[in-house]
Amino acid sequence: MSDSSLKPRREFKNIGIGQIARYRLPLAGKVSILHRISGVLLFLALPLVILPLFERTLISEIGFDSFKEIVTNPVVKLILLALIWGYLHHFCAGIRFLFLDMHVGLDKDSSRKSAAAVLVVSILLTLVFGLKLFGVF
Amino acid sequence: MSAPQNVGYKRKVVGAHYGTKDFLIQRITACVMAVYTVVLAIGILIMPAFTYQNWVALFSFDVFSFPLGKLLAFLAFISLLYHAWIGIRDLWMDYVKPPGVRLLLHVLTVLWLLACAAYTVQILWRI
Repeated sequence: MSDSSLKPRREFKNIGIGQIARYRLPLAGKVSILHRISGVLLFLALPLVILPLFERTLISEIGFDSFKEIVTNPVVKLILLALIWGYLHHFCAGIRFLFLDMHVGLDKDSSRKSAAAVLVVSILLTLVFGLKLFGVF
Repeated sequence: MSAPQNVGYKRKVVGAHYGTKDFLIQRITACVMAVYTVVLAIGILIMPAFTYQNWVALFSFDVFSFPLGKLLAFLAFISLLYHAWIGIRDLWMDYVKPPGVRLLLHVLTVLWLLACAAYTVQILWRI
């Protein structure tokens, strides 16, 4: 039987709250923390924004048209754009993590490249959706 | 007779598979959602026109009067629910140390997600 829990172990904290703003994360670290942040964003927005809007589009033809009406509001557009980015980043970073779990692209160089690709691809896709949302095409 | 010393608050609660199952489920549900996302995206791209009827059909089409569209959407949502539970629970486990606060946050997370599930069922089965 292990007695490791009997004596309190020393705690080593490698980062303090005050340091977070000044802490320079590598690209893979940025992808990782943004994966968490986008996940929380989607979790909170699900019953507050996503499901109510989804319901409106499905409930009736009138609801569908009123959704189009609501989305003309620039504030709603920005909220939707943030959620679109959140979904796309979570999606792309998640696929990268699945490959890392299968030990594909684990070395420092390719992991850095795939992290950069996740950041760039999710921003570019968000731009495409954003241009569509703001009626450029 | 004295109580055994290796139980109670002094004993570490660990066991086989602790975490492995959740690790796997989080990844499997991610794959389910990713596949459903691609299916929806293809459905939207091959739509003749973005109308109410075509949009509703994405989530409520039947195959031989079997409600396949609704069930696929519901299964994707159940995956989302379980995936979000594991993800948010991991956040509380990483950042919140006092057991009472952590338990409260776990309970609130479960309630939040169950409310979302009820909401989704209502949305899907009303169309």
